[in-house]
Amino acid sequence: MAYHSFLLEPISCHAWNKDRTQIALCPNNHDVHIYKKAGNSWTKTHELKEHNGQVTGIDWAPESNRIVTCGTDRNAYVWTLKGDVWKPTLVILRINRAARCVKWSPKENKFAVGSGSRLISVCYFEQENDWWVCKHIKKPIRSTILCLDWHPNNILLAAGSCDFKCRIFSAYIKEVEEKPAPTPWGSKMPFGEVMFESTGTAGWVHGVCFSDSGNRVAWASHDSTVAVAEGGKSAVVTSLTSETLPLLCVTFITENSLVAAGHDCYPALFVYDAGKGAITFGGKLDVPKQSAQKGMTARERFQNLDKKATSDTKEAVLESLHKNSISQISLLDGGKAKCTKFCTTGMDGGMAIWDVKPLESSVGELRLVWMGWGNIYSCLGSTSLCFDTLCA
Amino acid sequence: MARNTLPSRFRGLDIDEYDENRFVDEQDEAAEQQGPDGAEVDALLRRGEMITAFHIALRNPPINSKNPAVKERAQAVVLRVLTSFKSSDIEPAVKSLDRNGVDLLMKYIYRGFEKPSDNSSAILLQWHEKAFAVGGLGSIVRVLTARKSV
Repeated sequence: MAYHSFLLEPISCHAWNKDRTQIALCPNNHDVHIYKKAGNSWTKTHELKEHNGQVTGIDWAPESNRIVTCGTDRNAYVWTLKGDVWKPTLVILRINRAARCVKWSPKENKFAVGSGSRLISVCYFEQENDWWVCKHIKKPIRSTILCLDWHPNNILLAAGSCDFKCRIFSAYIKEVEEKPAPTPWGSKMPFGEVMFESTGTAGWVHGVCFSDSGNRVAWASHDSTVAVAEGGKSAVVTSLTSETLPLLCVTFITENSLVAAGHDCYPALFVYDAGKGAITFGGKLDVPKQSAQKGMTARERFQNLDKKATSDTKEAVLESLHKNSISQISLLDGGKAKCTKFCTTGMDGGMAIWDVKPLESSVGELRLVWMGWGNIYSCLGSTSLCFDTLCA
Repeated sequence: MARNTLPSRFRGLDIDEYDENRFVDEQDEAAEQQGPDGAEVDALLRRGEMITAFHIALRNPPINSKNPAVKERAQAVVLRVLTSFKSSDIEPAVKSLDRNGVDLLMKYIYRGFEKPSDNSSAILLQWHEKAFAVGGLGSIVRVLTARKSV
C-alpha cells in the first residue's frame, strides 16, 4: 500500500528499523508508537512511554537496533530491546530548552541532538561509568538547531539552524574513535570546529543532508530556496529559488539528485549539475489523476462569478497524496547513492511510500513511479540527468 | 488614586538591547547602494522609454543601507515608474526580468502597499498579479523572510 493514514493528528517524526518492517513514530504526543507491517496493514506492537513532553526526534540505529528519542522535555532516551520490551536509558543532555532533532552517527557509537538552547549535544557511551555522556558544540550557533545529518566518516556533522545558516561541524570524540583522514571539507578537525558555514541564505534552515560520498551538502531553507554546497578549496554554493512554498525536508537520492518536500504537500525532484554549477527543478513527483471535467451551465458560471469572482471550475481541494505539509522524508531502499524507495510523513497523519525506478534501457533517464491504485506515470519524460555513478 | 507614586521613567528603557544573547544580523557594508538615479529615470519616463526606465529603477537597490532616507527615495522612484505604466505594458515588462529581478520587484510592490496613496493600490495590484504569475508563491515568501529589504 502506497499511502497509509495512521492517525488524524500530525506525525511529528518517524524512523524505520533495518529491514523496514517496523516503523516508530510519534503521534504528536508524549509517546512513541511502534507499528509492525502485517501484510498490507500495520498493527501497533509497542508504546514507548517515558517522555514528559512531545517527542520531536526519533532515530533507529539499523545495526545495533537501538532507538534514540528526544523531546521537548529536554531529555533524550536510548531504548534497547530486551526480549519483547523496549527499555529506556536516560541521557543527560544538559540543555535548558527543548531538543529538536536527533541522529545516530553512521557507526552508531554516538548520536547528536540539536536543541533550542542554541547548541548541539554529541553523546557517546562511556564504558567505565556505563552511561551516556555528552559534549556540547556551542560556538558560533546563534539560534535553535532544526536539523542534523552525519557525514559518512562518522566525524563531520551538518546542522541547519534558525540563525539562517547551514554549518558543518567536527564532532570528533577522541574517546571513541581514531583521528579522521582529511576530507574535502578540511583536514584539521578538532571537536567543535566549523568546517563550513553558509552565507546568503535568508530563512531558517529546515532540512540538511549530506550526499552519499559526503562531498556535497544540500539544505532547504524557509525562503523557498534549496542550495547545494560542494566541499573543496573554495566551497562552492549553488542555490535555486523556487516558486513554491518553503520546503521542510531534503534528501539526496543519487549523488546528483535530491528529493525535497514541504508545505506544498508533494515531493519534488531537483537535479544538481556540478559542471554548470546549477540546480534545476526536475518536476513534481505527485501527479494526481485528472478528474473528468464536467461542463458548466450558465447558471453555475454566474454563481461562481458572484461568489468567487472567477468562473474557474477548479475546486479548493488539494489534489496531492498528502493533504497537509510533509515534514520528514526517509530513505527506505538503496541508501543515498541509488535510492529506490523513500517514505514521507506529514501533518496529515499519513505515510506515503514512493518508488524510484531508474530505467536500465535508456542511459541516464530517471523515472519516478508512484505505485498506487493502478496509477503509473512518468514524470520526467525526456529530461536526462547525469548518472555517472549510477549507470555502471 | 490613579496617579503613579513611584518613578516610572525607567519604562522608557529598551531592555532587549542589553540582552547579551540577542541576535544581531551580520553587518554588510552598504558600499555604493544609493538607490536608482531619480533624475535619469524621470528623463526616460518623459521620453516615453518605459522599459529602460523600469530596468534602471530596479538597479542598485538599497538593500544593505541603514539610511531610511535612501530607501524612501528609492521607493519613490520605483513607485513613480510603476504608476506610469499602462496596464497592457505591465506583462512584457515583468517578463523581461530575471529571477532576482522578479523578487526585487515584489519587494518594492509590497513596500508600496504599506503606504497607499490615490491610485497606487490599483496599479500595484495589477503589477502584483503579473509578478505573481512569474515568481509564484516563492517570491512572496522571500519578501516575508528577507532580513535586508528595500
